[in-house]
Amino acid sequence: MRRCVHAFLGRVGYDEATDLQNGCARALKTGLGEERLLLLEHDPVITLGRNARREDVLIAEETLRAQGVAVAVTDRGGQVTYHGPGQLVGYPILDLAPDRRDVARYLRDLEEALIRTLGHFDVAASRIAGLTGVWAGGGKIASIGVHLSRWVTTHGFALNVSTDLSRFRLIVPCGLKTRDVTSMQRLLGRTVPLEDVVAALVPEFAAVFGREMIEQNAAAAAPPRRTAAQEVA
Amino acid sequence: MRVDVIMPQMGESIAEGTLTRWLKKPGDKVARDEPIFEISTDKVDAEIPSPAAGTLAEIKVQEGQTVPINTVVAQIESEAGTAVAAGKTAPAPEAAAKAAPAAAPAAGLAPSRQGGPTDGRERDMAPRPAAASVVFAGAPAAGAGEIPRAASLIGSGATVEDLRRVRSSPVVRKIAQEHNVDISRIRGTGLSGRVTKKDILEALEGDAATASAAPARSAAATPARAAAPAPVYAPGERVSVVPMSPMRKKIAEHMVMSRRTSAHVTTVFEVDMSRVMRLREENQRAFQERHGVKLTPTPFMVKAAVEALKTFPEVNASIDGDNIVYKKDIHVGIAVALDWGLIVPVVKHADDLSLSGIAKVVTDLAERARSKKLTPEEVQGGTFTITNPGIFGSLFCTPIINQPQVAILGVGAIQKRVIVVEDAIAIRPMVFLALSFDHRLIDGAVADQFMAHIKSTLVEGKFTEIV
Repeated sequence: MRRCVHAFLGRVGYDEATDLQNGCARALKTGLGEERLLLLEHDPVITLGRNARREDVLIAEETLRAQGVAVAVTDRGGQVTYHGPGQLVGYPILDLAPDRRDVARYLRDLEEALIRTLGHFDVAASRIAGLTGVWAGGGKIASIGVHLSRWVTTHGFALNVSTDLSRFRLIVPCGLKTRDVTSMQRLLGRTVPLEDVVAALVPEFAAVFGREMIEQNAAAAAPPRRTAAQEVA
Repeated sequence: MRVDVIMPQMGESIAEGTLTRWLKKPGDKVARDEPIFEISTDKVDAEIPSPAAGTLAEIKVQEGQTVPINTVVAQIESEAGTAVAAGKTAPAPEAAAKAAPAAAPAAGLAPSRQGGPTDGRERDMAPRPAAASVVFAGAPAAGAGEIPRAASLIGSGATVEDLRRVRSSPVVRKIAQEHNVDISRIRGTGLSGRVTKKDILEALEGDAATASAAPARSAAATPARAAAPAPVYAPGERVSVVPMSPMRKKIAEHMVMSRRTSAHVTTVFEVDMSRVMRLREENQRAFQERHGVKLTPTPFMVKAAVEALKTFPEVNASIDGDNIVYKKDIHVGIAVALDWGLIVPVVKHADDLSLSGIAKVVTDLAERARSKKLTPEEVQGGTFTITNPGIFGSLFCTPIINQPQVAILGVGAIQKRVIVVEDAIAIRPMVFLALSFDHRLIDGAVADQFMAHIKSTLVEGKFTEIV
């Protein structure tokens, strides 16, 4: 069975995470690296995918920055989304070439791993045809956006565990004006630690993708911890 | 040999793909497996690698188009066949050779022996065919045939006067050489009619002005005054009367001629420059390091205009009598303000240039315009003009068309403004873009679609290979 190294990296800045992903993807493409599942949470950031429209960011960048929300343009598919504390972000760096050269299947597999994970917490989640992502209780609980280069994946999913949902009002999430966003916390009425979600997700990811998951010492893969001052900023 | 590049199948259930972005453009070298375009399906954005090493010869599917899988989207001239492709992508030498004969003389600066300095003028009024710049077009005929070149004068029984005139200081000869000007055709005011440095600089100034035209808004109001008899001032009145410089005269003539020739209409669009300013901010350091020039908003404007010109050929055209002349080359004139007037150097084959290529050419042309080092060819042959009064704070202008072109784009100041976005108030860097177009040829709908095309390129930041 193919190995996939996973790690929960804690809070990571968006640009740092981008560099980390790209580094892992480059290593994988050149045969020097292994497949990875990077799990982390971001500092507040609004990201624009390839199909994003600037109008979907509703507040001026200056105002957002003043509120501690960065704005980043990315090369993932999809439109505009928000990442921030309390959201579990997963970046699988996988090579789809050997066994699943199918982007639609990859998206459905990501959804499947998330739906099964949510099942561990008694959250009944499902798909909506034509709207990639995971839906629960009438709202979108997880977003998906992927970049592929020579069948090596970057970017991935963002699962709202205890995300401050009011932040989504800064944008038109995924260009969907009429759809609500939700979180595990809203549906369950309690906070679930991100570590618990990671513990549930890893085996489900392994099952769906047929990988042997190897935990990497988080410290080895993690970028330098940020200082308290940066956290506040 | 040409190798087809196809829209790949990205999955069993996927029958088509949308090409979102070309990462290479025709003429670019590509390595095997180097990403050449991006496609997008649902939530996935994918880079597609080149199937072969060589040169991107032809793009068959444009950005934004959705095509079935296995559609040929481009062709690569593979390594073995690059000679053919290289020939295709280097049209410059031939064009330059053609332009050269017209470069040396100009009606205004070389009073011919037979005629006065006005020979070319009648011709100037008529729209000229194709790429010839209007004022220059008449010039070679003004006496080029009769006046032998300096080189042939010497040693061919030329008169002493001829020889004297050709003689001049090394500085003057150097300037003449740099500008490809025949000294014998400049009237000398020095000893025995020698051409002095002042003579040649004045001549060049007038020369350059003949090919220039730009927005000079005040000139727009002058036709009546130009036609009217000059007011007479008595000695002692509190005015100061100064003769126009040759350049000033040429500009004045050209502006009035353009107003008389074209049915000017101006349309104004407002454009959100957030993406462009961000691209600029993100890339300017690397850009400066790599290319040695600053990354300004200008190359983005030029690039956006070039993309729109490709889509709307009637904007890259001229009127010649009852004919419409569609120009196959896109040569973009950039109006440059000088302390002593203005000039419009031309970015030749702008559609073959990358963003950085445009930036370098524009910077070089502007610098040499200010140091008076442009050659006459460099101010000729424009097919469209961009002027940028925004650098002085103008919000928008209604520029005058640079004949024989049919449209000119005026770029206002980029300013942060409060705008309404989705019923919320936002602060965005905004710019007004004004297009003056010749309504004889271009309908309002076409002009506005052309502008909408520019707007969408800028708003969506559709630029590849910025650094």
